[in-house]
Amino acid sequence: MKAYLTRRYMFSASHRLHSDTMTAAENQSVYGKCNNPYGHGHNYNIEITVSGPVDRQTGMVCNLVDLDGFVQREILERFDHQDLNLLPEFADAVPTTENLCISIYEIMKRGFSAAHLERVRIEETMMNSFEYSGEASR
Amino acid sequence: MVYLTRKAEFSASHYYHNPAFTPEENARLFGKCNNPNGHGHNYTLEVTVKGAVDPRSGFVVDLKQLKEIMSREVLDALDHRFLNKEVPEFFTLIPTTENLAIAIWRRLEPKLKSAQLHRVRVYETPDLFVDVFGDEDHSHEDHGEDDHGAEDHRKEDRGKA
Repeated sequence: MKAYLTRRYMFSASHRLHSDTMTAAENQSVYGKCNNPYGHGHNYNIEITVSGPVDRQTGMVCNLVDLDGFVQREILERFDHQDLNLLPEFADAVPTTENLCISIYEIMKRGFSAAHLERVRIEETMMNSFEYSGEASR
Repeated sequence: MVYLTRKAEFSASHYYHNPAFTPEENARLFGKCNNPNGHGHNYTLEVTVKGAVDPRSGFVVDLKQLKEIMSREVLDALDHRFLNKEVPEFFTLIPTTENLAIAIWRRLEPKLKSAQLHRVRVYETPDLFVDVFGDEDHSHEDHGEDDHGAEDHRKEDRGKA
């Protein structure tokens, strides 16, 4: 039976929602308080879901040490306590949580091979959450 | 189709050990989880059933029946037990959260009459949970590569489980 394993992580970062393709008034209208030029921060809760058959020898979908190590190295160290707007990922993209979700999914998809990546889910606040499962998943 | 989820909690102890491995391999692979005296978790179980809403009762499932089945088949068997030594599935299988979710699915699925089991979710901690949906295909799944490489990584340390 296929099993889906989900692990939660947390990092804190700041961002400002602003698009150079819009006027100042448009930015203000679209992004509201999130357009504040000094930025603001969130505690982002990340859920990474991987899936696969359960290995008979180990009882595992994948070794948590592999998953934790990869996420620590490639996600948390990259994003924790950073200004998202200054990162290369967001040089040409607004650091909305939608785009952050896609970025993290792509990093996982490119580099994590110990299990099949199913989904990335991010809680920006307790009230907002975002999920991305790749373009071809639905 | 309506989905109904019922939560329950149970506490149990376990340890991870494969007799086919040497003591060194077991220690390396399973880390702290290999301590033969076991350790415990407060598990949270979420059982999701699905079905059409009965026009007379307005229910997907009789919640009283569902609670009784969960108590009888799962909680009575697992709560305050040492999984490796007291629960038959784990005399041979390693009681990881993955195998625990599968065992709970197999205990519940044949007993549910009025509604269909959709998902079993087991939280080992608030930061780690496993979902199983049975053996059939599901439209929500991303059917990508089939080789998940679990074999290649089984010798790595798990440590935190």
